[in-house]
Amino acid sequence: MNSLFRKEYEIPANDFSVAGEASSSVRKLLNQLGVDPPIVKRTSIAMYEAEINAVIHGNGGKALVQFFEDKVTILISDEGPGIEDIELAMQEGYSTAPDRIREMGFGAGMGLSNIKKNADEFVLESEPGKGTRVHITMYLL
Amino acid sequence: MTKYFHSVTLEKDKCRGCTNCIKHCPTEAIRVRNGKATIIKERCIDCGECIKVCPYHAKKAVTDSFELVQEYPYKIAIPAPSQYGQFGRDYSRDRILQGLLEIGFDWVLEVSKAAEIVTDATKQMLKSPELKKPVISSACPAVVRLVQVRFPTLIPNLVKIESPMELAARIAKNTAIRDKGIAKEDIGVFFISPCAAKVTSVKAPYEKKESSVNGVLSMKDIHIRLLEKMKNIPADIESPLVCSGYSGVGWARSGGESYALGNEQYLAVHGIHNVIKVLEEIVADRLEGVEFVEALSCTEGCLGGPLTVVNPFVARPNLKWEIKRAKETDFSRENSAKDYQDLLWTEDVEYKPILKLDNDMLKAMKKMQQLEAINEEMPGLDCGACGAPSCRALAEDIVRGLACETDCVFKLREKVSSLADQIKALVQNTKRRNE
Ligand SMILES: Nc1ncnc2c1ncn2[C@@H]1O[C@H](COP(=O)(O)OP(=O)(O)OP(=O)(O)O)[C@@H](O)[C@H]1O
Ligand code: SF4
Ligand code: SF4
Ligand SMILES: [Mg+2]
Repeated sequence: MNSLFRKEYEIPANDFSVAGEASSSVRKLLNQLGVDPPIVKRTSIAMYEAEINAVIHGNGGKALVQFFEDKVTILISDEGPGIEDIELAMQEGYSTAPDRIREMGFGAGMGLSNIKKNADEFVLESEPGKGTRVHITMYLL
Repeated sequence: MTKYFHSVTLEKDKCRGCTNCIKHCPTEAIRVRNGKATIIKERCIDCGECIKVCPYHAKKAVTDSFELVQEYPYKIAIPAPSQYGQFGRDYSRDRILQGLLEIGFDWVLEVSKAAEIVTDATKQMLKSPELKKPVISSACPAVVRLVQVRFPTLIPNLVKIESPMELAARIAKNTAIRDKGIAKEDIGVFFISPCAAKVTSVKAPYEKKESSVNGVLSMKDIHIRLLEKMKNIPADIESPLVCSGYSGVGWARSGGESYALGNEQYLAVHGIHNVIKVLEEIVADRLEGVEFVEALSCTEGCLGGPLTVVNPFVARPNLKWEIKRAKETDFSRENSAKDYQDLLWTEDVEYKPILKLDNDMLKAMKKMQQLEAINEEMPGLDCGACGAPSCRALAEDIVRGLACETDCVFKLREKVSSLADQIKALVQNTKRRNE
C-alpha cells in the first residue's frame, strides 16, 4: 500500500547543531496527528538514536519517513563505513565512538539497543564499506 | 474543568496589523485577519511575548483595578519578589513594604516568605525515590501551560507543589482570620503581579479548584502610586513586615529557585523560546545529570515579566542589592514546611492537544496529506503578509478551513496574472472575430 504522505530529511555529517532536527520535526507531526503521547515519545527516541548514529558513525545520510493510516515507517540510511559485526554492535555498551565524541556525551553504546527497546519493528542492514540502513516501524493505533 | 480563561488580549483600536507579534508567539496563537491581530484563545499560554514585542502597545493583560481593592474591608497585599527590583537602591524592601501600606493596604505578606516554604517542601520531595527526573519547576504558569499543550509526556515531571503566590494568599488569609479575628469574606488578598500568566492562574487555576487570591494588580499599574507614597517614607526605615530571607527574595530572578534549593544538579533556563529547546531535550531523554529544571518564561525570570516596569537587566542589580541586605537578617530558616504533602496540588493538569488537526486520526492524516501538498506549493518565505506566522501555518489554517490559498500575496499575484492573461486572450479573440 502506498503511504499517504512522506517526508525526507538530510542528515549532515558531524554537524551537531542540526542533529536531531529530523526526529524533532517528526515528533511535531505526530502530535498534530493526535497520536498517543507515549507512542510519539518512543518514535522520537528511536528515530533520534538512528539519526545521531548516522551523524557520528555514518558520515551523515538521509531520513525517509512515510505515514500510513495505521503506522509510520522510518528509514535512516547512510553511505558510511558500515558495521562489521552487527550482533556485537547491538550489544549494550559496545561503542567505537572516539574520545572527542565521548566528551560530548555520546558513545555509551546504548543507541542501537535503545532503538530496539522503543521501536515496534526494527531492522538493521549494513555492509562494510557501503553503508548502513536502519528501518523502524511504529504502529499508531 | 474550569471554563477556559486567558488574560492577554488585544486592544483593537491600537493594533495596526503590523504582524510583528505573530512570529514571536510560541504556540502560533496569533493571526492577523482583516488588518487586526486576533488570538486563538485555546492556544494562548499567556507568556506575554506579544505584549513585549508590540510596537503600538496594543496587547495587554486583563488585570483587576484598584477599585476592586476598596470593596474589601480588610485588604492584604502580597507582592511578588520581582517587586523589589523595580526601584533603585534608595528604595529598600522595607520602604516598599511600608509603601504598600500607605497606598491603602491593611497588611502586607511577602510572597518570598511562601517561596522559602515551597523551597523547603521541594527539597523534601526531591528525596522521594519514585519521582520522575528531572523534575520541572511549576513556578511559572506559562511554562506549565506550555507543557500542557506541547509536552504532554512531561506532565508527570512537574513539581506539583502549590505556587508561592497561592501559599502566601492562604497563609495571609488564615493569619488574618486567626490572629486578627476578621471574617473570611471581609478579607481581600491581592497579588501584585509581574505577568499575565499569574492572572490566569488565579482566574482559571489548574492546581486547585479555587484560588485563594481575590484579585491581581499589575505591578505597572501601581508603580506611580507606590513611588509617590514612598517618597514620604524615610529611606532607612526598618519595616516589621519583612519576613523572608535572601533565598526567597532571590526567586525573582532566573536561577533563584535553584539556588535556594541548594541542589548542584540543576538547570535554569529563561525566555520561552529557550525553555522550548530545553523541554525538547528532556522529552527526547537527552538531558543527563540534571535533577531539577527551573524554567521561566521571561528573560531573566520574573524580573522580565511583561507587567514589570524596569528593564530586567536594570532590575537585576537592584534585586542583588536587596539580596545582599537580606543576608544580614536571615529569616530563611524560619520558613520551612512541616510536611510537603500538605502543599501538594489538589487538581492536576491534563493534556490539551490544541495542535491536533482532527480528533479522528484518519481524518487528521488526510488533512496532513493536504497540508503537506499545499505547503509544497507555497513560496516558503514565511513573510507573514497573509497574517499567519509561516507558510506552513497558513497551509494548516487552509486545511482547517480558516484561510484560503489567495491569502498568500504570491499566490494571489499568480492568480491575478493568470486571470489577466485569460482576459487578454479573451479580448483578442473577440477582436479577431469582429474584424
Ligand atoms: N550508522 C552507522 N554507521 C557505522 N557504524 C555504526 C552506525 N550505527 C552504529 N554503528 C556502530 O555500532 C556501535 C554501537 O552503536 P550505538 O548507537 O549502540 O552506540 P554509540 O553510538 O556508540 O553510543 P550511544 O548511542 O550510546 O551514544 C557504534 O559505536 C558504531 O561502531
Ligand atoms: S501571550 Fe504568548 S501565547 Fe498568548 S498570544 Fe501572546 S505570545 Fe502567544
Ligand atoms: S517568568 Fe515569572 S513573570 Fe514571566 S510569565 Fe513566568 S511567572 Fe510570570
Ligand atoms: Mg548511537
